[in-house]
Amino acid sequence: MSTDPNMFRLEVREWLDTNCPEEMRSPMSSEKDACWGGRNFIFQSEAQRLWLHRMGEKGWTAPDWPKEYGGGGLNREQLKILNQEMKRINARPALYSFGISMLGPALLKYGNEAQKLTYLPAIIRGEIRWAQGYSEPNAGSDLANLQAPAVDKGDHYLLNGSKIWTSYGDVGDWMFCLVRTDPDASKHQGISFMLFDLKTPGITVRPIKLISGRSPFCEVFFEDVKIPREQQVGELNKGWSIAKYLLTHEREMISWTGLSRTGSDSVSKTATQVIGKTGDKLDDAILRADIVRFEVDEMAFALTIERARDEVKAGVSLGAVSSWFKFFGTELNKQRYNLLMDIHGSEALAWSGEASDDGKLARDWLRTKGNSIEGGTSEIQLNIVAKHILGLPG
Amino acid sequence: MALVLTEEQTMLRDAAKDFLGSRAPVLHLRQLRDDEETQGFSRELWTEMAEMGWAAIIIPETYGGLDYGYTGLGLVLEESGRTLTPSPLISTALLSSSALILSGNDGLCEQWLSQIATGEKLLSLAFEESAQHRPASVTTQAVSEGDGYRLSGTKLGVMNGNSADAFIVTARTRLSDDPCEGVSLFLLPANADGVKIETTQLLDNHRSSTVRLDGVFVSSDQLMGPLHDGYPILKKTLDRGRIGIAAEMLGVAQESFDRTLQYLKERKQFGVPIGSFQALQHRAATLFGEIELCKSVVLKALQAVDENSDDIALLASLAKAKCGQTAKLATAEGIQMHGGIGMTDEFDIGFFIKHWRALNQQLGDSRFHLERFARLRAY
Repeated sequence: MSTDPNMFRLEVREWLDTNCPEEMRSPMSSEKDACWGGRNFIFQSEAQRLWLHRMGEKGWTAPDWPKEYGGGGLNREQLKILNQEMKRINARPALYSFGISMLGPALLKYGNEAQKLTYLPAIIRGEIRWAQGYSEPNAGSDLANLQAPAVDKGDHYLLNGSKIWTSYGDVGDWMFCLVRTDPDASKHQGISFMLFDLKTPGITVRPIKLISGRSPFCEVFFEDVKIPREQQVGELNKGWSIAKYLLTHEREMISWTGLSRTGSDSVSKTATQVIGKTGDKLDDAILRADIVRFEVDEMAFALTIERARDEVKAGVSLGAVSSWFKFFGTELNKQRYNLLMDIHGSEALAWSGEASDDGKLARDWLRTKGNSIEGGTSEIQLNIVAKHILGLPG
Repeated sequence: MALVLTEEQTMLRDAAKDFLGSRAPVLHLRQLRDDEETQGFSRELWTEMAEMGWAAIIIPETYGGLDYGYTGLGLVLEESGRTLTPSPLISTALLSSSALILSGNDGLCEQWLSQIATGEKLLSLAFEESAQHRPASVTTQAVSEGDGYRLSGTKLGVMNGNSADAFIVTARTRLSDDPCEGVSLFLLPANADGVKIETTQLLDNHRSSTVRLDGVFVSSDQLMGPLHDGYPILKKTLDRGRIGIAAEMLGVAQESFDRTLQYLKERKQFGVPIGSFQALQHRAATLFGEIELCKSVVLKALQAVDENSDDIALLASLAKAKCGQTAKLATAEGIQMHGGIGMTDEFDIGFFIKHWRALNQQLGDSRFHLERFARLRAY
């Protein structure tokens, strides 16, 4: 590809024109349209399969990862151009992947060469769907209290215990997992980071039914699970650093939920359509006031993300600020769904039936309640801001 | 444009921080108040600020200015919010200069902008007629007479009105069903016959005047902008002013927060710093984030003016509303977290909430701008 930005743009445009199937050039109509890849994924269409295949081969599912591991090798400017060109034709993301958003950056930083060569290309091509093994029944906000023991048996570790709140554990292929390798060390020491196939004997996965009636999370039980030695990442007993590094990526990803998705209407537009206006004002004065306070914050938050991205480009590190983004973004998303429920009134209460798409709005609203819990609660994020940004004691 | 400062802008901000920190810290405001200095600001200091170029930042080079843009002026305002430095930066250097530039009246620009730039002349906008911000409700009359107009009416809340050499006044030159039509702008010397100025000391020790016009004659060459159609100029001027005030409120919020944070680390109760209590930590962390939001909206709004974007009005209301709310929270938390000492006159933190209250009111409070934000977004 060309190094000249204008040439590069033309090349990208041409490539997308040839390779992006027509059906993939429109906003997704539902979550089912999101491609997660992996062994168990059932493609919704041939176009969806082709799109993933082509983008994966090109390395553009992870456009800024090094070429030697199958990534796109793009620099920041090229990445921006690619995103702009994708947006221009309304191209859907070819792949949604925890491998790309969370594990990959950690592997690039902490993995050895063999691990990078083994896992990164497969992540890029969407062949492995990853599940996250972090929380345990007694290690939620106090994540470093995790206990699942992995005992050194020479060429392998023997893992027992369990994990909880594993996103999509029932459809994932592999897990990246925090385990206890030194039970005698203090709690932040003695944690290691391991990867393993969820088909390994001794693993049981059980979905957890949530208040939304859906089961996006699972419990995962381990009984004498053998993990080959070469699947341990980074330094033994130093997995907490990797865990924290990965968490900042997770938080940034979750915080984007505070922004309205492309293609969906703003809350105020939905309100004017559903409730109507008298003259040029929304019919419900108090609701209007609630919405404007929300939209002012929504716009300010979008601008703050824009500013943070520009600062990162200018060489300023985001660091602990990702905790604040996670806090604010998820609180905004909860507000958005509260407002949408208010706007739709009694129709928002439907739980089943075609008209409500099986109670989609009510279930989505309930799901948002978890936004400020998963990936570290709002309270934990505020603790981090207070301690690591503001330098408050204790 | 990237939402980061250029190297040059960073240097300007640092220079402003140094100058204000040494020449006009909060103590300067306290001394002006205790000395009962009647102008509410120091004319000597204004001369020094003008020598730094601050009175000329947005003025085009043709009229002796620096033509450095609103982002630059916004940075100086933000710093002057940190030190609570009283000056005619907003009334003259921002609002009056903007009105003159936007009016396109070359004669008046020639006459006044060069003298604003040097710090010699001060102007103030005189357009409010009620205690609430209602720029379109203009009852002041301008009746055509000979080669000019005779103005009658009363203007309220004129910032630094007692120091002004001239006023930029709104007056109705034609009756219309639409209140935004039929309004004209005039530049009126403060010493003209029939001008009466009554000045009030405000809670933040700034000065605000009531300007009574009793058949004041102005010649027609004092008409700024098109006859009957001055309102669009006023509106654009006010949006620039709102963004500047938002920048100053950002400075007020930041400094109030910084001082409070420092206090949380120093003050001990129950044998530990009070900043170790989670009840206070979470409020401090929340406030940190609100201020981050304000930094983004202020910078975006300032850049929008410099780029002459279509979104200036929306961004002005966003910035004024958001910074007003955040500075309210920051200054109120400042007092609460300082406890009893925060209520004393001897301690500086109380100055911040007083200045926030005045800034929030000027050119429309948070509620006014939330309402306008909704209207601009068609709901």
